[in-house]
Amino acid sequence: MSASNFPDPSLVRGLTQSRFGRRDLLRAGGLGALGMTLAACGVKGKGKPSASVAPDAIAKFWGSKTKNGHVDFANWPLYMDPKHPELKKFTAETGITVNYQEVIQEMGPWFAKVQPQLSAGQSIGYDLMVITNSTQFGQFVDSGFLAPLDHSKMPNFAKNAGAKYKVEAYDKGNVYSVPWASGITGIAYDPKHIDVPPTKIADLWNTKYKGKVGMFSDPQELGNFGLMSLGINPDTSTESDWEKAAKHLKDQKDAGIVRKYYDQGYIEALAGGQVWMTQAWSGDIFQKNLSDGTDFKFVIPSDGGTLWTDNMTIPITAKNPVDAIELIDFFYRPEIAGTLAEYINYVSPVPAAKQQIDTDAAAAKGADKTTLQAVATSDVVFPTDEIYKRLHYYVTFDSVGESQTFNKLFEPIVLG
Amino acid sequence: MNTLKRRLAPYFLVLPGGLWLVLFFAVPMIAMLSLSLQQGDIVNGYSLTWHFQTYLDAINDYHVQLIRSLIYGLISTIIMIVLAFPIAYWIAFRGGKNKNTYLFLLLLPFFVSFVLRTISWGLILTDNGPVLEPLKKIGLLPESYHLLGTATAVIGGLVYNYLPFMVLPIYVAVERIDPRVVEAARDLYANPALAFRKVILPLSMPGVFAGALMTFVPTSTDYVNSSVLGSSSTTMIGQVIQAQYLTNSDYPTASALSFVLMAVMLVGIFIYARVLGTEDVMEVAAR
Repeated sequence: MSASNFPDPSLVRGLTQSRFGRRDLLRAGGLGALGMTLAACGVKGKGKPSASVAPDAIAKFWGSKTKNGHVDFANWPLYMDPKHPELKKFTAETGITVNYQEVIQEMGPWFAKVQPQLSAGQSIGYDLMVITNSTQFGQFVDSGFLAPLDHSKMPNFAKNAGAKYKVEAYDKGNVYSVPWASGITGIAYDPKHIDVPPTKIADLWNTKYKGKVGMFSDPQELGNFGLMSLGINPDTSTESDWEKAAKHLKDQKDAGIVRKYYDQGYIEALAGGQVWMTQAWSGDIFQKNLSDGTDFKFVIPSDGGTLWTDNMTIPITAKNPVDAIELIDFFYRPEIAGTLAEYINYVSPVPAAKQQIDTDAAAAKGADKTTLQAVATSDVVFPTDEIYKRLHYYVTFDSVGESQTFNKLFEPIVLG
Repeated sequence: MNTLKRRLAPYFLVLPGGLWLVLFFAVPMIAMLSLSLQQGDIVNGYSLTWHFQTYLDAINDYHVQLIRSLIYGLISTIIMIVLAFPIAYWIAFRGGKNKNTYLFLLLLPFFVSFVLRTISWGLILTDNGPVLEPLKKIGLLPESYHLLGTATAVIGGLVYNYLPFMVLPIYVAVERIDPRVVEAARDLYANPALAFRKVILPLSMPGVFAGALMTFVPTSTDYVNSSVLGSSSTTMIGQVIQAQYLTNSDYPTASALSFVLMAVMLVGIFIYARVLGTEDVMEVAAR
């Protein structure tokens, strides 16, 4: 081994020994630097804009926007015929291309995903997104993440939207949103195992079906059923009501009645026999029976179900808002709303869509005809006034703190 | 000039790895540490207030799930040692020229997504699925019996998903045992059982040690198995952290819980390494 092959002593020292003499000083300095770094890591929020929308907000947002011939559309899975007939029609008529993506699965994670981009004022890659009137809806609005809608660009909406869908508490007067579809949260059951059909929410507390009852893991869905089972209207409930409801739901869990708290997986659980009776969303059960030939039943309890709404909104950083609002308005044509409802089986915000489905049913033959007739007469696609009376809206929160209090009350039940 | 180069050489050498570590480990860690000490909400933003109370609250609220996760991790690790040892031993000593085929078969499930495989187990084990339904029909199991939603299902899922991580290190350790050492033991009148206990077992310990580390950490922090196969009585700490981040947007609690979990893990591993020694592990890992 020649001498030059032997590592330089300084290299050995460099690799093995610490070089710093004034360690204490550096350490103190290091801590200080760490402290500053930590402080720099704050998460930016957007703060609450003034309670009402500034009168010039619409002009300010829309003034400089032009039509670009393209829309990026973010929606939930199974919320449109996979062949997208409505979008094809739209493109054929207007020349605007639509990139339709089923990227929204849950509200919490979706908000968490787009929040950093929106608060930095960057585009999220979508010009139109469908969001539920859940806790996060308020957070989107409070953060100033939604563009105020220019109603002069939505003549179909003005003409065809059902009156009930123009006054919903979470966005009165449709400042930021217009409904895509609504759904009802009720009870689904498997008649193979349940001989006495459930009629009221309290039936979910029946010890006879111990370990065979499914509840939702979403704090709103779970909490609302707890509230309604005690005869409390979620929309006007207070914190002390929430505590009572949480206690009632905890009792249900401690008695071993609840098998599991589900998200979308409740349908498979019902099909797999894990649960015989479960909280459920109206359209899902209809679709499941239709596609898999199952015979599950859906009931809206006599003492209440909830009506929630998924809404079309335009993110404030959208690149093609003019095209997006044109697409929004397109969905308020009765014939478009009709074919959409035929496929998704959720409540259409356009009452006139029923005639479209009736017309289609009259023209169809065989099994298609039966299906379409079932859709047109379905209580969960076109609820009657009697049913609307039974339905409640979600709890609306005045502040993030309030929604966190609510979540903290119901979350321990789900997480156990 | 030349000496300067030589002096700086070690720093240049450490640069790529160092940068990688800083970018993808140190920076996120510092950001998370900072988050855990902040207060606020997602709409108005979070700011650093050195709010250490978050840690106490998080531990207070979620110690049940934390302890449960550690217990599940421990049980699955022990089951995996018991299952993996014979597999590794058999492949190493009896595998012959097909050793690589067997190892490939062991890794084959990894070609399918982890989540998909777990969901498939859910479909197989469901109450009226292909396993339980026939057993109930012939009266071996009561009608109310179920697997999904129980700790058994969750631990079963953990063992299934992480078993290869236990088999491989043990295989490496067993495979390098010189057969002549075993022969020598037999020559010295040890019966096969004694030779196994006195020679093979001690020599394969480093593999078991490494395998336990490689499985205990991911099983205790796993959140997929419990959310797919479990119920609210089997919630693990990973699910809690996920819910705090994604459902509640409560970043401080989520970060604090992550740190508590990491601290518990590090302390546990440190004690484990101290008691059982790390040198051999490093040797196994280096191979």
